[in-house]
Amino acid sequence: MPSPESSASRYPSGRAAFPHRDLLGISQLERHEILFLLDEAARWVAFDPRAARGSDPLAGLTIINAFFENSTRTLLSFEIAGKRLGADVVNMHAAQSSVKKGETLIDTALTLNAMRADAIVIRHASSGAVRLIADKVDCPVLNAGDGSHEHPTQGLLDALTIRQALNLSAGSDLNGLRVTICGDVMHSRVARSNILCLTALGADVRVCAPPALMPAEVEAMGVAPFHDFDAALAGAEVVMMLRLQQERMSGQFIPSPREYRHLFGLTPERLARAAPGALVMHPGPMNRGVEIDSSVADLPDRSLITRQVGNGVAIRMACLEVLTRGARSMEGWA
Amino acid sequence: MSAPRPLTILGGRLVRPAGEPQPGGLRCENGRIVALGADVAAGDDDTVVDAKGALIAPGLVDLGVFAIDRPAFHFGGIVRAALMPDGDPPLDHPARVRFAAHSGKPDLWVHPLAAATRGLAGVELAELALMRDAGARAVATGRRWIADSGVMLRLLQYCAMLDLVVVVHAEDSALVGSAVATAGEMATRLGLPSAPREAEALAVARDTMLAELAGARLHIRQVTTAAGLELVRAAKARGVRVTAGVTPAHFALSDMELADFRTFARLSPPLRSEADRQAVLAALADGTIDVISSGHDPRGPEDKRLPFADAAPGMAGAETLLPLTLALVRDCHIDLARAFALLAANPARLLGVDAGVLAPGMEADVALVDPARPWLVDSDKMAAAAGNTPFDRRPVEGRAVALFKGGVKVG
Repeated sequence: MPSPESSASRYPSGRAAFPHRDLLGISQLERHEILFLLDEAARWVAFDPRAARGSDPLAGLTIINAFFENSTRTLLSFEIAGKRLGADVVNMHAAQSSVKKGETLIDTALTLNAMRADAIVIRHASSGAVRLIADKVDCPVLNAGDGSHEHPTQGLLDALTIRQALNLSAGSDLNGLRVTICGDVMHSRVARSNILCLTALGADVRVCAPPALMPAEVEAMGVAPFHDFDAALAGAEVVMMLRLQQERMSGQFIPSPREYRHLFGLTPERLARAAPGALVMHPGPMNRGVEIDSSVADLPDRSLITRQVGNGVAIRMACLEVLTRGARSMEGWA
Repeated sequence: MSAPRPLTILGGRLVRPAGEPQPGGLRCENGRIVALGADVAAGDDDTVVDAKGALIAPGLVDLGVFAIDRPAFHFGGIVRAALMPDGDPPLDHPARVRFAAHSGKPDLWVHPLAAATRGLAGVELAELALMRDAGARAVATGRRWIADSGVMLRLLQYCAMLDLVVVVHAEDSALVGSAVATAGEMATRLGLPSAPREAEALAVARDTMLAELAGARLHIRQVTTAAGLELVRAAKARGVRVTAGVTPAHFALSDMELADFRTFARLSPPLRSEADRQAVLAALADGTIDVISSGHDPRGPEDKRLPFADAAPGMAGAETLLPLTLALVRDCHIDLARAFALLAANPARLLGVDAGVLAPGMEADVALVDPARPWLVDSDKMAAAAGNTPFDRRPVEGRAVALFKGGVKVG
């Protein structure tokens, strides 16, 4: 198993490398803290759980995955990450209806706290809800997605995947990389975390959406807004597509799925407008034939979509491992 | 109740309708002011109060509160509060209006605002004349805007006939939808549902135009954007009988307060941009805004300790109304006389009550105010029923040190 101090020379030692109890959003992170997590994750990418049997760094620790909103992929990813590290992982599926009103969300937080978990992973349908819970518990909290606000591990795993695909070494940022993010930017926590992460790493980010799905003053986040996908694609080295929620496909936001595809779908013809060899990403689950054509999603070498899923586990392992260093009394992290 | 002993307050500085405060005192008899000035003398049976140099000011008249919260009102120097009709059940029935009108006496006068429509649903007119005669001082649309322009016109025409002011909330409801913030950088960063600030101007434009058509008196309880204020300014200039109000939140805070999802800053209308805040300050100075009210709406943790978008809007504002308005005087946006016009004289005139100014014949509603007294707003130590103030931990200056309602000390 790789040494936890493998990146020690590049970052401040001990807790100074990552002085946060929680991971609530990319917005709370400095550039070097993002790079630290990416470098930590890079070593988990190569991790072979069979070979490493018996060296579980998080053995004896309890991680609760509290998901107040339905999720299969992210929950599975966090569960596998925790288990690969040897932690005891418990999943709590809280039906949204029973926790939406009154004090119940706080009560749930206090209940979780009373169970003395070593880390809590939370997903919730309301922006800011994870922070609200984090303020009430005594252990590290990881945001696995809160409303339209942030999904920090997704932003990190996407940056890791890009770095890997471009063969960039540990410690590298994404300076000058041209990235186009297209889709329902307004309602997307993935878009927000990616905008924050990519711009912090120096990428040149464009966002593309129909006006009804473009958040106001998004340029204040350091990105260039586009409504014309062809223009947004020109010269792009990475194209990141966002999932269009079913309920927004027909009606007030978008006339129909096929009209959406007509203007904003990533077809092979459109992809040809991007830089030669441009990489394709999607956080999943995909609406094939709506925001992305199958022939694009399945492009060997250029589509990073399944690599994103694999890296998701590595990023979540890194985040869980780093955030529990204090609980494990690692030197310099108490 | 037997008549109280006459009251004489001496040794203060009288707040006048215009100009600087003048040294002097005032005398009240049978609940009314009978004399004021530098040469007021106490009668033999009078209760005599030494103001010790404090301002002798009219008691505040708070136009538009959501709860009767006597300790908070008295702390804030408020002796009259116009109650919004949004209770459960709403004030849409004469009996409820009559009950509300008597609920605070004798030491706090509650002026109910009758629900404009049944259940505040914006569809059918409520029994407005019966409620007027039961004690309603004006009519209000409540927290919401009446979306149907036909209903709104008929409401305004009916209220013009009754000579009742219609107090409205000005936000285009379809444009607002489920928004909890003003569209802009902060809402975008936080991922909160937001609506463009133009939602207010659209509502102001329609309501002022319909009021003009109906010849009705319209009071827009909160105007919080540059475009909305410009429309009010223009309507006033062409003679529309429109007045505008605001709460301290919209002249003292911007949507930067939403950072960290602070639900105490979840208000309706939502906090605006810094440019809009500056426009509110300018409108306070140039007379476009007529009333500053507290919007007092105490909310406990069950309503506020929630994710931002799920939390109820509103702030406990009664205690901070006076000091935050006095801060406008200190910062030279307005003078002291205008501050009390905004806090007392204008809302009293709108409600048609003989109060809000210190003059012979007026109700003896008097606040002694130490305008320089410093204190710290502390959400945990509020007099209000709940501590949901967006001004938590803010040092302020100005306190009511004594309060008289009808010549009787109430606080």
